Amino acid sequence: MGGMHSISLQKQDWSLHRKGPIDQARHNAKVRDAIKRNLADIISEEAIITADGDKIVKVPIRSLDLPHFRFDNRRNKQAGQGSGDSRVGDVIGGNGQQGQAPGKGPGAGEMPGIDYYEAEISVDDLAALVFEDLGLPNLEDKGKAEVTAPDVRFNEIRRHGPLSNLDKRRSLLENLRRNAREGHATVGNWSNDDLRFKTWVQDIRQESNAVVLAMRDVSGSMGEFEKYITRSFYFWMVRFLRTKYDNVRIVFITHHTEAKEVDEEAFFNLGESGGTKVSSAYQLALEIVKERYPPALWNIYPFHFSDGDNWGEVDNQRCLDLVRQFLQICNLFGYGEIQEGGRRSISTLMSTFHHINDPKFVGVTITSKEDVYPALRRFFQVREALPA
Amino acid sequence: MNAAEMAELERAAGQIWDIALRLGLDPFPTHFEVVPATIMYEFGAYGIPGRFSHWTHGRAYQQIKTMYDFGLSRIYELVINANPAQAFLLENNTVLQNKLVIAHVLGHSDFFKHNAHFQGTSRQMVETVNVHAERIRRYEFEHGQQPVEEFLDAVLSIQEHVDPFPRMRPREPAEPPRPPRRPETAYDDLFYLGEEKVPVAPPAPRKVPPEPEKDLLLFIAEHARQLEDWQRDILHIVRQEQLYFVPQMRTKIMNEGWAAYWHLRIMRELDLPHRDYLEFAQLHANVLAPSRRHINPYHVGLKLWEDIERRWETPSAEERERYGRPGGQGRQRIFEVRTEEDDVSFLRNYLTADLVEELDLYLYQYENGKWVIVEKDWRVVRDTLVASMTNFGQPYIVVEDGDYRGNHELYLRHRMEGNELDMDYAQRTLGYVQRLWGRPVHLETVLDGKVVVISHDGTRPSTRVLEGARG
Repeated sequence: MGGMHSISLQKQDWSLHRKGPIDQARHNAKVRDAIKRNLADIISEEAIITADGDKIVKVPIRSLDLPHFRFDNRRNKQAGQGSGDSRVGDVIGGNGQQGQAPGKGPGAGEMPGIDYYEAEISVDDLAALVFEDLGLPNLEDKGKAEVTAPDVRFNEIRRHGPLSNLDKRRSLLENLRRNAREGHATVGNWSNDDLRFKTWVQDIRQESNAVVLAMRDVSGSMGEFEKYITRSFYFWMVRFLRTKYDNVRIVFITHHTEAKEVDEEAFFNLGESGGTKVSSAYQLALEIVKERYPPALWNIYPFHFSDGDNWGEVDNQRCLDLVRQFLQICNLFGYGEIQEGGRRSISTLMSTFHHINDPKFVGVTITSKEDVYPALRRFFQVREALPA
Repeated sequence: MNAAEMAELERAAGQIWDIALRLGLDPFPTHFEVVPATIMYEFGAYGIPGRFSHWTHGRAYQQIKTMYDFGLSRIYELVINANPAQAFLLENNTVLQNKLVIAHVLGHSDFFKHNAHFQGTSRQMVETVNVHAERIRRYEFEHGQQPVEEFLDAVLSIQEHVDPFPRMRPREPAEPPRPPRRPETAYDDLFYLGEEKVPVAPPAPRKVPPEPEKDLLLFIAEHARQLEDWQRDILHIVRQEQLYFVPQMRTKIMNEGWAAYWHLRIMRELDLPHRDYLEFAQLHANVLAPSRRHINPYHVGLKLWEDIERRWETPSAEERERYGRPGGQGRQRIFEVRTEEDDVSFLRNYLTADLVEELDLYLYQYENGKWVIVEKDWRVVRDTLVASMTNFGQPYIVVEDGDYRGNHELYLRHRMEGNELDMDYAQRTLGYVQRLWGRPVHLETVLDGKVVVISHDGTRPSTRVLEGARG
């Protein structure tokens, strides 16, 4: 625009400008770190274990909010504006956060009233974080299973191949090198020897067969807390197995004085009452293994969650025997005993299991919601396969 | 905007400039850059293009982006107080929207140039922040990204605590008076005659700071003992950039109101076709929409300016008599006010009973899980509003003692203006202050009428109640 006015207008090319997205990525990385640090709190949230995989959940993360000295909005009067008919006593908003004004960046006063940062993450992404370094322990090479989806990866360079796979950068480099060796370092004078092609391998993963036997105590002594922890643990376990393994079978068993095999939905929803005979579940699990999952071909993982309140010392001993039988054939036996607030009955199943001295047996006591995550980590810590 | 639309907008920009000058505005020369939305989000998030990298900027970027992706607000204006002023227009705005933004921006540009509180500001801030960003990048390279980021976290948590009036601070003596020299020769006493002979009393230990110091960033940069040079530099960088924003924070209502006042008048002069005029009226109404929990600075500011103009242009009989206002001075008056005032004095002097009623302003409070309107008396509303703008809405915190208990601990005091601090935030922020200071830090405030001191020793915060309230 001319010098007539002291005003000008311009349009440049901004396509290479990346500062905002770079800092945004840094922020997202911090959100991820914060979520990882708080996993123990987050994963036992009711809202999350009832959510679908692609559902976005809001995860409160306090550490990401940069604090500053500010007034307590809940204790001070503030000014607002009505549409002409406001009166003293009118309610202008319900519980919760102070509304967030469409801010204008720095200078507008940092958005008031946000007590913590709410990160948004899908349940699947959260699960990926939880399971990042977990796996089925002691997994052995037994009867390689049905082939899983082949994966194609470009990972090799060859001198021959279809032109559509030409690696232009490498070819150019080869050409330049050859010319340089011949004394004139320019690109040109192409020869077939210069060409390089990308080529791929089919990445076929083979997985060992594995079966997980999920056993759940549904007897009357299991209170709300015990049920909640059991559900919460199995929710993550099932999700974990399905995310990481294509060929893992899961068998669901519930028990009170009698055990029965149920489908997944019933397993998560069932609440019954009555006494407890844990051995019934172990017995059923053993039978199922013998009938359907021969140990020679299958990796076997029984898990059991209970409040440890069993029918009596006689049955505790029976359980001990059955667990020992299992330890002959399984890769890991996981037992979780839930003791709200750490209360201890005199004789629990766990005290009986203390006699087991086998690294394949893992017993975990859970006393609060935050213990679910460490329990998952103890059960599914990847160990070297034990010698058979 | 395609090429034809760009050409049309260029023509309109020239026209708008002419109208603005004819109406009496005197803006800086103003350069407009047409940018895609992502760039606009970014500049909005950083406040000034090219500022240093930090995750909080990334978070702001994401928030603004989300907001605009949801279509919550599409005309967005961003103008940099510089000479020439720099402003940005959204590429995918309509030509009409951008005309409105240009008119609006010229109002800001005039305000920047003339308002007293902007007179001390640097007009080369874009260049400055880019130099700053480069230095901080270098520190990241030299000392690692994480230490720099952690240090920035701490500095940014108290970035509001700067003093825009450094020149009003009583000057410290450059150095303490020297103790009297020992006699150099046996004949020294011959040079002292009569009463001059007495310099004996040792000087009292100097208090640091001599007067309560409002500028926490400056005080820490100058007096914290274990900071490295790059850390002190970052304190100065953040402080300097914050000082650029302070006048804008102090004049938010005036400045936005002023820009709205002028975009309205300039657009009326543009002879828009009927269809465009309707679109403009709709946009203008959106900008002015009141918010139940906030003061919309565009709306309240515009109404104040129009009211001042009316009262000086056509004063009532009473005003003529009591204040000797002759009338016909409307424009002259508003130009004077835009030069002299800030939001605090603007509201205190010009927010009248009639305006509070017309704007339907009220006070609300949190009661039993609900936000409830608790006050409509115009004086109380005005005074509370004015009080909330004091120190641009931030708690007023000063350094009382930089050598508390003779132990180089830092003692801060919150000067109560009636509003209580958020104690949880105060404790966490104090943790950051401790990191900067390197020694235990304390903050005195008042909670429920009692004097309370929060302390942080680097591991955890603690709180104790002192007896009785302090005045």
